[in-house]
Amino acid sequence: MATNLVLSIAWTHVSTRVRQTLVGMFGVAMGVGFTIMMAGLMQGSQIDFLRQLVDTMPHVTVGDERRSVPSQPADQEYAAVGMSNVANVNRRPGIRYPDAIMASLRSWLPGDVAPSVKTTAIVNHGEARVGVSLVGIDPRLEVRVSKLATQMREGQLTDLSKAANGIIIGEALAQKLAVKNGSTVLLGGGEGTQISATVVGIFRSGIKSVDEGQIYSLMNLAQTLMGQNGVVNQLRLRLSDPLVAQKVATQVEAQIGYKSVSWQEANADLLGAFATRDFIVLTVMGAMLLSSSFATYNIISTITHEKRHDIAIMKSLGMREYSVRRIFIIESMMMGAVGILFGWILGYLLCYGWSQITIFNVLTGATTPLEIYYSPMHYLASGGIAILCCAVAAYFPARKATRVHPVEIIRGAS
Amino acid sequence: MTEVALQTVNLVRRVQGVITHTLVNGIDLSVAKGEFLAITGPSGSGKSSLLYLLGLLDAPTEGEVIICGQATSKLSETERADVRLTKCGFVFQFHFLLPEFTALDNVLLPMRAHGQMSTKDMNERAMSLLMSLGLGEQTGKRPNQLSGGQRQRVALARALANRPEIIVADEPTGNLDTASTQQVFGILRDIADNGQTVVVVTHDAALAARADRRIHIVDGKIHETTFGGHRKPEIAVATPAVECPS
Repeated sequence: MATNLVLSIAWTHVSTRVRQTLVGMFGVAMGVGFTIMMAGLMQGSQIDFLRQLVDTMPHVTVGDERRSVPSQPADQEYAAVGMSNVANVNRRPGIRYPDAIMASLRSWLPGDVAPSVKTTAIVNHGEARVGVSLVGIDPRLEVRVSKLATQMREGQLTDLSKAANGIIIGEALAQKLAVKNGSTVLLGGGEGTQISATVVGIFRSGIKSVDEGQIYSLMNLAQTLMGQNGVVNQLRLRLSDPLVAQKVATQVEAQIGYKSVSWQEANADLLGAFATRDFIVLTVMGAMLLSSSFATYNIISTITHEKRHDIAIMKSLGMREYSVRRIFIIESMMMGAVGILFGWILGYLLCYGWSQITIFNVLTGATTPLEIYYSPMHYLASGGIAILCCAVAAYFPARKATRVHPVEIIRGAS
Repeated sequence: MTEVALQTVNLVRRVQGVITHTLVNGIDLSVAKGEFLAITGPSGSGKSSLLYLLGLLDAPTEGEVIICGQATSKLSETERADVRLTKCGFVFQFHFLLPEFTALDNVLLPMRAHGQMSTKDMNERAMSLLMSLGLGEQTGKRPNQLSGGQRQRVALARALANRPEIIVADEPTGNLDTASTQQVFGILRDIADNGQTVVVVTHDAALAARADRRIHIVDGKIHETTFGGHRKPEIAVATPAVECPS
């Protein structure tokens, strides 16, 4: 059956029923436009959050633990011996031969690695006492594995080396302790050690838990507080592509044996929540597109009802049922296609409009613009789903109408 | 020997409802090629039902319709549609022209659906048909710009478009004034005289008398058969029908 004829009839119906066509197009355009806006907003905020998260923490952290309890000599010798209550820690803290490991990793790693010493400490300033996580770093290597240097609000990373027992603290912690650049605080270590330290810099990562609970020093200060001179208990990796962190972590762990945790594993709960959020967002967007397709369904139902005589005569002339059905599906897709084009424009304008809005964060005091993620995928996916919805929405009334026996309609008209 | 264009064998059409109603009750009929057959009968006698069966618009409950030697009872709906497209032309009491299309487009419709001719040939044939039916000036007009008689002539042109062997007309003059009725019936007569088979359902006894044969249907059965007069064609209607396959 000539496709040209089907197209020609469909086009004639669409072009001669301007009001119905406009309503159908408007419904699709609204659905597509708001779907693109929703997708841009949701993905934008998610990506912004993940970017902050990934920027703030290492992509892979190698600790001085092993993932499983090391087998005990007696266990190895006598299979019948049951060992219990064996702690999953080394007898001596720290990673053995860190320099050799780093040299080995650098030979294949798509990124860089830096050593650090992580311990807990209590910061005392006046009446205030705050427990924090202290990370001892090498400022020359740190710039290769973290964005700390770019997050400095006061002072510089290299200032750690310029002052005796210098520390860099988060902006929120500085406010909490009422200290500023140059202030002296007292650091208490787990072994009862107490060291006087000078604030040489203030940073802001944007993540409250980090800004409030993490401080940086040179490695030897952290080692002294731990009472473990020369120890390195963390290797921190930064990769050129953060998304391969899980794969790299597995490789590193297989190579050196120490537990290697990717940022994805460390934030598995959060990412799980994002997956749930993605599902909800997709459901909402699907519902929006489905709702918009009801307008198309209504219009095609009306047209097929009004055109039942035409359907009868086309069938009686010898046009096949599926050809007649195709007319109405193509009509719907014509309306959908134009609606999608307008929807794309609407979606872009809505995204642009939202991106001009700034939000004041009461907790951080920062004013940030709404992050919008522009992706061709949003346009393609919303357009694809919308055109599919249009086809399906038209199929059912068209099928119902074209299944009617022409004699019934011809007799009815007589 | 006369060539048979259309034949029915013990044709029965029943409609299942609360009670079973027999619309067509065992009709055996042969219509020769080029014959003009009129079917008459009172309302509800089954004449239109018989016509729809003859044109493959409806399927019989029992029996067989043979068109140009082809038995049709076992054909699928798609195959029946193909037979309708190529071998039957329909004219109804209401013109059933597509309202958004011009007269020319409406006549082109069956040819475009068939898809066997070039656009140029289709246009030439459609124009030729419309002109032969006195509608040369109306080709660009839509149905709502035409009179009732003109619409029915466009419907006739559309029925003739694919050079069908059989023209099936259900009360084609039912909504027309006297002059248009005479004109349309004259055209049908001429079509038959040009070699195409015409089967017409009509209430008008005077018009039926102009057919080659008239069958009177009562209660779904042939009650009476009358053979009528014959006259020479007055209008040369385009080109003759395609031959029935032997």
